Amino acid sequence: MAEKKQNIRNFSIIAHIDHGKSTLADRLLELTDSVAKRDMEEQLLDNMDLERERGITIKAHAVKLDYKAKDGETYELNLIDTPGHVDFNYEVSRSLAACEGAVLIVDASQGIEAQTLANTYLALDHNLEIVPVINKIDLPAADPERVAHEVEDVIGIPCLDSPRVSAKTGENVEAVLEEIVKLVPPPENRDNLPLRALIFDSIYDSYRGVIVYVRVMDGKIKPGDTMRMMATGAEFTVVETGYMRATSLEPTKQLSSGEVGYITASIKTVSDARVGDTVTTAENPAAEALPGYRKVNPMVFCGIYPADGADYENLRDALQKLQLNDAALSYEPETSGALGFGFRCGFLGLLHLEIIQERLEREYNLDLVTTIPSVIYKIHLTDRSVVEIDNPCNYPDPATIDFSEEPVVEAHIYSPPEYVGAIMDLCQDRRGSYEGMTYLDADRVDLKYTLPLNEIIYDFFDVLKSRTRGYASFDYEMKGYQKSSLVKLDVLLNGDVIDALSFIIHADKAYPRARKIAEKLKENIPRQMFEIPVQIAIGGKVIARETVKAMRKDVLAKCYGGDITRKKKLLEKQKEGKKRMRQFGTVEVPQDAFMAVLKLDD
Amino acid sequence: MKKIGLYLHIPFCSSKCPYCDFYSMRSDDALREEYVAALIKNIRFSAEQYCCKADTLYIGGGTPSVLGKEKLYKIVCEAVSAFDVKDEITVECNPHGIEDGFFERLCEAGVNRISLGLQSANDAERKRLGRRADSEEITRVISSAKRAGINNISLDVMLGIPDSTPESLKATLDYCIDSDVTHISGYILKLEENTPFYKMRERLNLPDEDSVCDMYFFMCEYLSENGFSQYEISNFSKPGFESRHNLKYWNCDEYLGLGPSAHSFIGGERFFYPDSISDYLSAPAAEYEGRGGDFEEYVMLRLRLSEGIKEKEALNRFGISLDALRKKAERFADEGLLLCDTEGIRLTRKGFLLSNTVISELIY
Repeated sequence: MAEKKQNIRNFSIIAHIDHGKSTLADRLLELTDSVAKRDMEEQLLDNMDLERERGITIKAHAVKLDYKAKDGETYELNLIDTPGHVDFNYEVSRSLAACEGAVLIVDASQGIEAQTLANTYLALDHNLEIVPVINKIDLPAADPERVAHEVEDVIGIPCLDSPRVSAKTGENVEAVLEEIVKLVPPPENRDNLPLRALIFDSIYDSYRGVIVYVRVMDGKIKPGDTMRMMATGAEFTVVETGYMRATSLEPTKQLSSGEVGYITASIKTVSDARVGDTVTTAENPAAEALPGYRKVNPMVFCGIYPADGADYENLRDALQKLQLNDAALSYEPETSGALGFGFRCGFLGLLHLEIIQERLEREYNLDLVTTIPSVIYKIHLTDRSVVEIDNPCNYPDPATIDFSEEPVVEAHIYSPPEYVGAIMDLCQDRRGSYEGMTYLDADRVDLKYTLPLNEIIYDFFDVLKSRTRGYASFDYEMKGYQKSSLVKLDVLLNGDVIDALSFIIHADKAYPRARKIAEKLKENIPRQMFEIPVQIAIGGKVIARETVKAMRKDVLAKCYGGDITRKKKLLEKQKEGKKRMRQFGTVEVPQDAFMAVLKLDD
Repeated sequence: MKKIGLYLHIPFCSSKCPYCDFYSMRSDDALREEYVAALIKNIRFSAEQYCCKADTLYIGGGTPSVLGKEKLYKIVCEAVSAFDVKDEITVECNPHGIEDGFFERLCEAGVNRISLGLQSANDAERKRLGRRADSEEITRVISSAKRAGINNISLDVMLGIPDSTPESLKATLDYCIDSDVTHISGYILKLEENTPFYKMRERLNLPDEDSVCDMYFFMCEYLSENGFSQYEISNFSKPGFESRHNLKYWNCDEYLGLGPSAHSFIGGERFFYPDSISDYLSAPAAEYEGRGGDFEEYVMLRLRLSEGIKEKEALNRFGISLDALRKKAERFADEGLLLCDTEGIRLTRKGFLLSNTVISELIY
């Protein structure tokens, strides 16, 4: 039997959104004195503003905790926090691959959710030891016994004796640490093998270059070694190795097998240190990379334009900087008749898109206009060639199209049985094909559907939540392409096609969607000094029409005596409001109108 | 030297109307006494400082009439002697609670014009606006002003009052016409933030935009049929009875405003006294807003007048021809919002209603 590194435990935490992952992580940090009291703030690991606001984890995080257990030994606990959204499934799988165990947090009042289950199965696939923890026992609706039975029934792991805790009040949290020590197996000592370290995250730091987060599987790495990325072949001289502490990095002489830590090597962009890649050394390279690497490809595309054309360069700089830290983000310049100069950007999913957009707006102070997201369609032309279209503006002349294909996903929806009807209606409406239904237990079913990706990128999750009063959860993975009947819809304002509002849609959906878009635009385009026809057309044929009536009056109040300055400010404000609008010919369209078209709820 | 307009602000009201965001407060006699003393001091001091004459005096508020006839008499006499005002002297009055002999006393001081807040001839509508006088009282006040010899009377009318209708507006305009006044101001109710109306805006039964526009056009039309010509977006008068004081604002001429929240434009500078009666009482200190009176301001203000901006005047005052502006104005002319000719540019009635949009497009 291989020798073990007895005092190391590597684990991640699996939880559904709001089940208390970040709060539990906070308690673990406190209990292990990893953070000075004065530095403690809520959700310490979620250190992006966005993460704290939305209560989600976007980037993976890792932290080393020193824990003196009841057996008298001090253990090195490496907590690898994982993102909690389908857009980041691949990152989750890499984080799990870096661990021997996973703490499964289940809400004592709500039970298991789809995301939890999907990630738990992912953890089981990686042979991780699962440490179930029942959280939120302080809630009045908590029913830990029922939830424990559910975990045993659904996942098939013992749970009846698992810790019942309240991360919020701190009750019994120490039991979680004890369980981790007891249940999670220590890593094997494989120091003698050639280096293989799994990259589970990397972040860009403007002083040190990329900081690569790794789990060392085999061998050792130390400053001065020449590290080699096995997928890209890129080589760098290691500058520093160390451990991640809660609020700082702690340099160390080397990292060896079983350990979790970081490497810096003056790497300039995160695309040279891709998540899932294997680090080895040029001096003594490993024969084979660790399994599971794949380059993540964007699935959802949209145009991002500066509201003020003068910000184009700033937008480019910002995208460049974000990409340093986000290998999944892609962008290339594009031009729109309506919006001017901007970028076609690719994302893992809609959440990823929203995050990037918000970061551009907040961290780089840019006003943006975003076009309707699109997936990649494969258009087969009559000349037997195939074009891939992620931008409606490049949609070929329908006369030259033989047939079209669109991407589909395999989706799992977990829900209490009483919402099955509502979910089936929704999936039907989204052109899903039913693949099967499994009862996980008396209170929960797993509905399997094949769904076109373009039907779920806008608002599927929100609608699902609202139709099931928040009970259903949802997970998907790419399945491939299927034949489809597509058309391109054009929006015309005052007779002019607004290219930035065009989009590709299934033919059956064209009419209802066109009507809804026309209505939305009518609602969101403010009355102007003349009447504006809003038309939606396929090819040259108008299939929906609304009219924005002409504005008749603006404010006409008592003139404030001689207060000319106030009057001037009012006019300036009016003009300022116009700046947030886009001029299309003679029509002014506020940016909200673009968003409104994007978010068509049912 | 060109004469200026003198404005005096009286920041007192007996009660606050729910739509009003002007600076005013309730007062007792001691406060009013103290304020009048401070204002008179400020009048004397300013007269020395600016060393100019005024041809118009306008006492506005708030509600100047709450000061009572003796205090107003004192103020008017002071201002008249300090600035040698001879031409137009206006006092704003709330028709509610006017004391006996009020207009006679004002007349003695030289007041020759009264502006009355009628708002509506319909008692229920006026009540909604927090106005306490009933129509009988208003009628009485108008005739007592006339008896005192003040025949130049302006009535304020409001459009878009909650629950109002075209019929009730017509009744109000008929009331004005029958009262044989010389001047009518017709404003559209605007919900200003921080007013009770703004807070209850969802529950107010306000006429919709289209009907307010129709009422406005009706007002313009009906008043002109009855001898009141429209000389400004919201102002109508019998020939020769335009408000000379208010015309100074729109002509970009000089005026001096004294009292908290009063604004001035004099010697090319704009300044005002902040909205604080306590600061004003202890030591009036104007806040400067910088230079004013440039071409853009001229365009902004003059376009409120029916005669609009004139090529000749623009050249004389600013050395700027209107050609560039005409080009910008073209698309509005196409929409029937303004008229452009060799003489100048002016808004149509349709354009008056969209004046903010049109003007901001023209000058920015």
